[in-house]
Parts: sequence; structure tokens; C-alpha cells
Amino acid sequence: MSEKNIYLPYLMTIDKVTKEAPGVKTYRLKFQDEAEAAAFDFKAGQFGEYSAFGEGESTFCIASSPTRKGYIECTFRDTGRVTSGLASLEEGSTMGFRGPYGNVFPMDEWKGKSLVFIAGGIALPPMRCVIWNALDLRENFKDITIVYGAKSVNDLVYKSELKEWTDRPDVKMVTTVDPGGETADWKGEIGFVPAIVEKVAPSSENTIAIVCGPPIMIKYTFPVLEKLGFKDDQIYTTLENRMKCGVGKCGRCNVGKLYICKDGPVFSREELNLIPAEEY
Amino acid sequence: METKYINISGLEQWFDAISASGKRIYAPVSARGQVDFMPVKHLNEVAKEYIQTTQSVKASVYPKAEVLFSYEKVHGKVNLTDFDPESVSETVLWKVHPCDAAGFKPLSAIFNWDTTDKLINAHLLKTTVVSYSCATADESCFCTSVNGSPGNVSGSDIQLTILSDGGAIAEILTAKGEALVALLPGVFEADRGDKKEKYLVDLPAKFSLEEVNAKLNKAFNSTVWKEQSERCIGCGACAFVCPTCACFDIQEDTHGSKGRRIRCWDACGFALFTMHTSGHNPREHQSQRWRQRILHKFSYMPERLSVVGCTGCGRCSRACPVDMNILEHITSIAEQ
Amino acid sequence: MEKLRGRAAALLADGSVALIIGYEEGTKRPRPLFCRNSESTKKLIFDSRCINNLAVYITKKELVGKDRIAVTASISTLRSILQLYVENQLSEEKLLVLTVDLNGELREFVTFDEISAYVAQFELKRGEREQEILSKIEGMNREERWKFWLGEMSHCFKCYACRSACPLCYCSKCVVEVNRPQWINPWPAPLANMEWHINRAMHMVGRCTACGACGDACPVGIPIDLITRKMMKDMAPEFGYIPGQPAKQGNALSSWKLDDREQFIR
Ligand SMILES: Cc1cc2nc3c(=O)[nH]c(=O)nc-3n(C[C@H](O)[C@H](O)[C@H](O)COP(=O)(O)OP(=O)(O)OC[C@H]3O[C@@H](n4cnc5c(N)ncnc54)[C@H](O)[C@@H]3O)c2cc1C
Ligand code: SF4
Ligand code: SF4
Ligand code: SF4
Ligand code: SF4
Ligand code: FES
Repeated sequence: MSEKNIYLPYLMTIDKVTKEAPGVKTYRLKFQDEAEAAAFDFKAGQFGEYSAFGEGESTFCIASSPTRKGYIECTFRDTGRVTSGLASLEEGSTMGFRGPYGNVFPMDEWKGKSLVFIAGGIALPPMRCVIWNALDLRENFKDITIVYGAKSVNDLVYKSELKEWTDRPDVKMVTTVDPGGETADWKGEIGFVPAIVEKVAPSSENTIAIVCGPPIMIKYTFPVLEKLGFKDDQIYTTLENRMKCGVGKCGRCNVGKLYICKDGPVFSREELNLIPAEEY
Repeated sequence: METKYINISGLEQWFDAISASGKRIYAPVSARGQVDFMPVKHLNEVAKEYIQTTQSVKASVYPKAEVLFSYEKVHGKVNLTDFDPESVSETVLWKVHPCDAAGFKPLSAIFNWDTTDKLINAHLLKTTVVSYSCATADESCFCTSVNGSPGNVSGSDIQLTILSDGGAIAEILTAKGEALVALLPGVFEADRGDKKEKYLVDLPAKFSLEEVNAKLNKAFNSTVWKEQSERCIGCGACAFVCPTCACFDIQEDTHGSKGRRIRCWDACGFALFTMHTSGHNPREHQSQRWRQRILHKFSYMPERLSVVGCTGCGRCSRACPVDMNILEHITSIAEQ
Repeated sequence: MEKLRGRAAALLADGSVALIIGYEEGTKRPRPLFCRNSESTKKLIFDSRCINNLAVYITKKELVGKDRIAVTASISTLRSILQLYVENQLSEEKLLVLTVDLNGELREFVTFDEISAYVAQFELKRGEREQEILSKIEGMNREERWKFWLGEMSHCFKCYACRSACPLCYCSKCVVEVNRPQWINPWPAPLANMEWHINRAMHMVGRCTACGACGDACPVGIPIDLITRKMMKDMAPEFGYIPGQPAKQGNALSSWKLDDREQFIR
């Protein structure tokens, strides 16, 4: 058999487009080739390279849960050449996908523990994958708490799912918007994510905290978690350095000796302490 | 592995036989005031008096721009055309110096780290390397400090050591080397017992890799990076002439409904190499980029890929417009 | 040399400047040196072998910071400084310029007018190599010229050393890095290289001071300095430039006049 070309993407059909927030869309993608679909598998935390033929590739995490078979989803913000090319595609069009790449959230190790998800802005996608994964295997975990914040009500993504999670009795869901971002009928919290986490004060007892968001949010959330008694090996996050290949070859995503595309994107705070913060 | 002797006219005949076999031969040619690898038909076109080619030979296995695959959009569907390994021609790289040949190992290590790279492997598979041991060196050379030597055979299929009579000791090192010899076996005579070492330049080691490595393990926050790199202007010259630098960009070449995805050389010295679309740049300053260059080669690669990312060829030092001399800088780190 | 070193040490010692950019002996030729203390000024040299155009550093914020700095300047560097000043990239308060004149005397320039007056004494000369290639190119017809440059450009691997070495290429995002729209195909290939070089030349018309830094920096020996050099020669009579003097009237690509004789511009 001839060698596989790792840069050759799978061809995917855009099965469903959901507008999440201004400039943010979710695509549900299905494999055009059935054999490829059958052989495909991934785990929570992994990412891929998504192609807009004619524009290039962009890196997004897989935002759907591995427990939902037959498709993958990605949620992306239109920010540059490739993402705007992707955003202009319609349902039924073809795009490319390579992956899954990177390491995973150690969900098997988390069995029997409580989970606290803390996300800000567009960083909910990587989290959404783990959240659904945990909810689909709900009996494996104790309490599940989600704290999600965005700049304004308009910027919150996955609005229908946020509602679904809010309505579930087995999830403690807290949504917040930055001061000034609320609407007249806003019923959630008002305030920055770290402050809200402090207010919600989840117990650190036998609990894992997963934090995804802009660097500034992460920077202020870690000390709050520390105060609540979370040890470094109880805190997980994902890093997003600039990527091209996704497979450890193009040389641009490393933080010290670790390659975010291979050794990451998932890191415990314990692991983060070993690499220079300056490089991410 | 077998050692033979080949005389001067035998070398010419053998070269002609390789040429006649239809294989492409790339060899150092002197043109436009520089010596660089170019397609060659006869041995007399090959450059003689020079220390080192300006560029490394890596472009022959890792072209500066190469099509990863192409595609065509038809009625909302996309047809992909994969890179075809058959499109790669059998190539002989002639008169490669040991420090250049030694670059294939780190290059291959990067490209084949856990997943294999179909493109470079197709080139490597069809490449036969005939190296020449070094009888001369200049002040930029330091192969002996990085596990190499003027007679190092790593990466070579055949190594020639030119003797005073113009003939050569031929070390036939691999099956590919044997196949090349088989094109004209008659010109190879029994080894005359010439001592190879006698014909090699004497190049004492300038630093110890272990020492450098130990220093670098603690050097991330050192001021040395800023001190050394103030004059660095952040171009890609050092990376592009280097036999082991592998960093690349992936770009799109679009023509209407058709297009090609292209991989092209990139360099960690460029200011925008790590810049996110948001504008955030984890390596904002040149000193951080210079640190990446040194640490990648002398610390990260040894640790992650078990191979040093520098063969001591000195090309980066020769190419740098502002005389960033890697030997000088590594030596000074070792001595700190 | 001693005068230069002494003056440099004094300037740093009394806090007149925080940094002096000069030259030191390198491993193959003199190279740029950054002096932040008087000790390092002992390494300063200044002679005709010092060819790097140091003006390239004085617009780099990460190097110069907010402080006043000094630079030792050759005629080429002086010309670049003047052009940078014309382009509002420098201010007199932040820069002290030192040079050694033909009599070996140390000269100091506090104002750009002084530099202007000094530079005006020097005619822009062409080196032998440049003259030789230029004459060759001028003797070619259109097709031959295109072939010559296409051949030269085929060696370009887009290391952008030419751009990095040029004091006037100070854009933080170069036109080759803009991808919406993608003006220039960013990979190295003969035509894509031509796109880069034509764009570069266009951006340099009337700005290039003919220092030759781009050509000196090119590791693969492409005489690219001759492109802007030739353009300068051809454009000078049309736009009233004086080769070797700053283009006070703005550069050809980005300036226009209401009374332009071309229609398309209005
Ligand atoms: C592991 C990982 C997961 C990510 N997940 C998501 C997600 O789920 N949703 C989302 O909206 N964004 C995500 N991003 C960020 C996203 O990749 C960039 O915003 C996007 O690539 C911008 O691409 P562009 O081509 O439109 O921008 P341009 O500025 O046109 O970028 C050109 C090229 O630069 C590269 N590039 C630029 N910025 C980045 C960046 N920050 N990270 C990686 N490559 C970059 C792209 O590969 C692209 O080829 C993720 C990034 C990483 C590394
Ligand atoms: S880093 Fe410099 S000396 Fe080392 S292999 Fe590369 S070009 Fe040669
Ligand atoms: S030194 Fe820089 S350009 Fe070269 S391979 Fe390492 S990271 Fe890439
Ligand atoms: S070290 Fe020299 S060749 Fe390398 S980026 Fe810096 S200036 Fe360019
Ligand atoms: S310095 Fe030379 S090789 Fe590098 S981009 Fe400029 S012309 Fe091309
Ligand atoms: S994305 Fe290419 S090495 Fe990590």
C-alpha cells in the first residue's frame, strides 16, 4: 500500500450551518466517503485542520462530542482569509478536514469526580466537546458545573444548548456577561468570569476544573481556583499557538520543547508550569 | 560496506555512466559568483576550488516550494489529486560534503516524527548520495564539534576521498551505493590500502555538545539571547541555507476552480512566524526568535528527536548579512 | 578611531545617549555593535569596510526604546537617515549622528539640515560591479532583460534578507504578508519571486537611497539593488528627484498632485 499523504484532507459535506453569534458559525460536517467515516474516531480535546478550497487551512478544535457518531462539528469566528472563505460556504458545500490531531482530555481518569467547566467567549467550542461527552456519560461523573461568560448577550455561543444545560437538573449552569453587555431581560450573572467563579465557589474536593478562554481570563481564573483549593493537577486548559501542519513538523507551535499540536493542546496546570509562559 | 579504489579516468567514466543511466545528477557548479547544486551532465562541470556551497543540498529532497496535492471544484464537489511519488525522478547528489549529507538524518527525523511525510520520503527513496570527504575547511566549519567529521559517512551512500593522483578511495556504504557502482563496476579496483585520514582536513572540536546542552537546559531566561541577537535583522537567510532547517508554511495557489496546496520554506527568525490572527505574538522580539533557533537545534531536537539540529557546516554564518556567527555564539554559551 | 571611542564613551557616561549603534570587528568583516556602556565602546571601529547600513536599526522600537541614541553613519547611512526623516520616521531630539569625514575627523550632526548639507558634497557614485552589470542590462532589449531578471529571480528563495537589511523597509506588515487580498504569492517560484521584486521596487521608487544594503545582504547573490538603482535613474528626470538626496516631494507610488498631467489619477 502506498504511503498516506498526511496533508491530504478528508472531503466533508457541510450538513448544517448554525449562526451562533456575530461572525461565529457552527458547521456540522459529514464524511463524503463512507469508509473514511467508519474508520474515523477521535477523543475530546482534539483538533483538526479545516480547508476552504481556494483559501487554505485553519485550525479549530472538534466542537462536537465523540459520543455523537457520524459527524463532527466546528465552531469558528470569521477573522482572516481562511475563516472568511469558510464562512462564505453554504449547506451542502464541500470543505476539507485533516485530523484528529493532538492529545486529549484524560476523561477516563476523571471517572467518579466532579467537573467544573469555565469558559469565556469563543473558547466554549473545545469545552462543548467535553461537556457533551461528560453529559452523554453522565453516570461516570458526580456534580457538573458550567460557568460560561461572554462580552455581551449577543456574543454568547450555543444559545440553545446553554438553555438545555440550564434546564437540566443534573447540571449547575451559570452564564454571565461582562458589565454593560447585558440586555433588559438578561437573567444570568453580570460580571467577569473569574469573579463569577469566585462567587459560585465550586468545591475542589475530588473535582477537576477545565478552563478555556482568552489568556487574560485564564490568568485571572487560575488564582481564584487556587484559592478554592484546586491543586495544579486538578486544573486543565487548552493552548492555541499558531499552527500550520498540526502534526509536529512545520515548527511554529512549540512552547519551549513542547509542541502544542502534538503534546497539546490539552495541558494540566502542572504541565504548564514546566514550559515557558512567555511562548504562548 | 566495501572499500575500493577508482582512478581519475574511472571517475569520469563512472560519472558518464550515471549520467547515461537517465538519473538526474546534482552537483556543485560555480556560476554567478557562487557555488551551488545544479543539474550536471559531465564531471568537468563540477566546481573544484571552493569550501562549501552557499545553499545546502536539502532543496533536492525538500524543495523550496512543493505541491502537497491539487484539487478541482466541479459542481460543488471537489476532486483531489494526491502528490504522486512516481513524479519524483531518480537523483544522484554528487560531491555532497559530509556536513551536508549528515543533514538528511535530522531533516528526516523532523518530517517523520511519529507520522511519515510522503513527500520527503519519496525524494529520499530516490536519492543516492555520493559525498566527498573534506580536505579543506574554513573558519566557519565546525562539524567535529557536533558529532561529525570531515570523513563522516552519515547520510552518504558512497563516500569518495580524493587522493593525490586524482583518483579516490570509494567507500561503498549502502545498497543504493552498490547499485550506483553496478552501473560501471569495471572502473572500481581493489582497495590499495590508502589511509583516508591522511587526506582529511584537521579540524579540532571547538566545544562539547554535552556542555552546550547542559548550559542550554538552564538558559531560557538568560540575557545571552538579547546580547547576541541585537544585530540580527530577522531574515530567513540562516534557515534557508541550513541543511537541517525544516520549518514550512502551507499556502494556497488558486486559479479559478482549480488550485494547489503548496508547502514552502519558512523560518523561525521571521517576525510574523508565530503571530496569531488576533495580533498576539508569543515571539515578539528578535531575541526570542534567536533563542528558538539555538534551542531548537541544540536542545529541543536532541531531546525530542534524539538528533542534533546542526551539522556544523557553517553556512548560516557565511550567509548572515550581519555576521551572526553560530560557532562564536555557541562557543560563548559553552564557556559561560 | 580613538576620538570616536572617546566621544562615544563620553556620550554614554554623561547620559546624552542611552545607546550607540556602531561597528565592531566581526569574524569575517566588521559588523554592527550596540554599545550601552563605555566599556563596549572600546570595540568601536569605523572604516570603509563597515558596509552594513545601520539606519536599519534606528526605527526598531525594541532596540532603541524611547531614549535618545547615537549612530555612527557612513554616507549611505546618512542618506537613509535623511530619507527616514523625510518620511517622518525620526526626530532630531532622539538621534545624534556621528561620522568620520574624509580627513579622518570626527563629525557630529544634531540636526537633519546639517546632515543634508554634509551629504550634498558627495555625489552618488556607482561601484564597478554595479556599473558593469548595469551597462550590460542597459544594452539588452526588453525580452533579454526579462530573461536576465527571471533567471536571477529564479535563485531567490524569499529569505527577505534584502527587505530586512533595507532601512526603508520598516513596515510592520509587509505587502507580501498581507493575505486579504493576497497581493503576492508568498512561496518562492520564478513568477512569484518576480511579483515580490516588482512590488518591492514599486515601493522603493523615489525612496531608495542606493545604499546597496539589499544586494549586499542577498545570500544568493542577486544584484537586486540595481533594480531600484535603475528605477531611480529613470525616474529622477520625470519626478525631479536628485539621486542620493531625500525625496522631499514624496515617493512616486503614493503621492499625487491635482495638476498631474496623467488623467487616470484624477
Ligand atoms: C488548537 C487550536 C484550536 C483552535 N480552535 C478554534 C476554534 O474552535 N474556533 C475558532 O474560531 N478558532 C480556533 N482557533 C484559532 C484559529 O485557528 C484561528 O483564528 C484561525 O486559524 C484564523 O485563520 P484565518 O486563516 O482566517 O486567518 P489568517 O490571518 O488569514 O491566517 C492565515 C494562516 O495563519 C494561521 N493562523 C493564524 N492565526 C492562527 C491561530 N491563532 N491559531 C492557529 N493558526 C493560526 C492559519 O493557519 C492560517 O492558515 C484554534 C487554534 C488552535 C491552535
Ligand atoms: S545551523 Fe548553521 S552551521 Fe548548523 S547546520 Fe545549519 S547552517 Fe550549518
Ligand atoms: S532553527 Fe528555526 S527555522 Fe530552523 S528548523 Fe529550527 S525552528 Fe525551524
Ligand atoms: S542570524 Fe543573520 S541570517 Fe539569521 S535571521 Fe538573523 S540576520 Fe538573518
Ligand atoms: S535577499 Fe535575495 S534570496 Fe532573499 S528574498 Fe531578497 S532577493 Fe530573494
Ligand atoms: S502545527 Fe506544525 S509543528 Fe505544530
